Amino acid sequence: MSLQLKNVTKTFHDSGQDAVRNVNLEIKDGEFVCVVGKSGCGKSTLLNLIAGLEKPTSGEIQMDGSPITGPGSDRVVMFQDHALFPWLNVIQNVKFGMELAGIPKKEQEEKAMKYLRLMQLEEYRDYAVHQLSGGMRQRVALARALTLDSRILLMDEPFSALDKQTSNRLRAELQEIWMKTRRTIFFITHSVEEAVYLADRVIVLANGPDSVQDIVPIELERPRHVYDESFVEYRRQILDEVQREPEK
Amino acid sequence: MTEKISKKDTAIYPLLQQFLFLLGVVALWQLLYFVGVDVLDIWKPYAMPSPAGVWKSLVRLVESGTLLAAIGNSLLRGMIGFLISVAAGMLLGFLMEHFRFLHQNMRPFVMGVQTLPSVCWVPFSILWFGLSEQAIIFVVVMGSAFSIAIATDNAIRNVPPIYKKAALTMGATQQQVYRKVILHACLPELISGLKQGWSFAWRALMSGEVMTTCIGLGQTLITGRNLADINQVMLVMIVIVLVGILIDQLFFRSLERSIHKKRGLS
Repeated sequence: MSLQLKNVTKTFHDSGQDAVRNVNLEIKDGEFVCVVGKSGCGKSTLLNLIAGLEKPTSGEIQMDGSPITGPGSDRVVMFQDHALFPWLNVIQNVKFGMELAGIPKKEQEEKAMKYLRLMQLEEYRDYAVHQLSGGMRQRVALARALTLDSRILLMDEPFSALDKQTSNRLRAELQEIWMKTRRTIFFITHSVEEAVYLADRVIVLANGPDSVQDIVPIELERPRHVYDESFVEYRRQILDEVQREPEK
Repeated sequence: MTEKISKKDTAIYPLLQQFLFLLGVVALWQLLYFVGVDVLDIWKPYAMPSPAGVWKSLVRLVESGTLLAAIGNSLLRGMIGFLISVAAGMLLGFLMEHFRFLHQNMRPFVMGVQTLPSVCWVPFSILWFGLSEQAIIFVVVMGSAFSIAIATDNAIRNVPPIYKKAALTMGATQQQVYRKVILHACLPELISGLKQGWSFAWRALMSGEVMTTCIGLGQTLITGRNLADINQVMLVMIVIVLVGILIDQLFFRSLERSIHKKRGLS
């Protein structure tokens, strides 16, 4: 089973959000899909549509064959801004989604600690959010998202607000976690390098009658290394495609 | 070591400075009274209060128990009025936030009423309730409930949308979004709103009290006027300011501080 987008179009009348046009896409279970494209090509809009935060103007989005009508915990989103709640401490934040679902307290605790350990944050369980560094906050946000075992994890430029070193470390951690868990991930980024590093398929979006300009399967072994010859080749090819179209 | 001492100094120093400044003002006031009333005879003694006279009034009103009773009565009345305002104002604010129709049509009206000085409600309240406790409480509620309603509406509206989105995509229902996200997220701004509501309530209380005959600070103020005792008038004014500041600092500021500290908001 999978996530399917059929002829999905979303246009806006007044707000500053970017449109997407005529998107056909299928994301299979366990697949890691990255979306790249210039700013203004509708990357975030596409994610919001899948999340159910926006409704398509036309076309349909289906999860396992049934249409998406609104947001839900089967499609958890991790945002560029960590979106952790400042009135809760680290562990309470991680438990938040499980609490909404009414999972028993003991199970919440075990699962929250499991993912905090995975992120190497168990010592910080009682810290306040504002006491953490930017990278740590994103790792808490990732732990929170993982606890919900969602069908697909939607990530909206989660590392782009971090400094380069931190974001490189986090994407290596994410690669490791993905190799261990094989979650389905839909990942938006403006960094082609990040996309080639993480993805099974890279979707190139552009401003045109069809938003999807190209889909590039990345056939590289994991773990990947940015200086491998074939990695550089993929990177160059996708970068060319992204830049082919003039800036809006 | 030296750094430690200087740090300690800086904590004490502003307080000491404020105290000395206040002392200077009082000394200047006494001097002005001495020159203007005793030496030059520009002002009549009954028209000009003095620190010494205010002190004597204080001792007299404390010994007779009048001042304490007035403060107690006023505070109790103010609190009752304020609590009604909080309940009514927050409910109204929530409704204005939740229903687009009310936000568009009722909010301008509420904002207009909110600009009305609370003393304007006094004739209304006396016609409805007579010279009674209820009349004063009515003025207090009218004086502060609308500002609390506006503040509640704003506080909820200013919750960053990303918190709502995060909760929704983790499977929250509308009700859970309000209970587990908005209620907490809007708290700092809501408390600022309540603090402002209290200061409106306290002012309205005095408008109400000077018009009626119930025991309270406002009435003690008017008694001072009736007796042509300007020192008592001055004393009560000072007490009104001090009680207002005390509630603000003791309750609202400390609440604000603890929430801000917990969330790392400077």
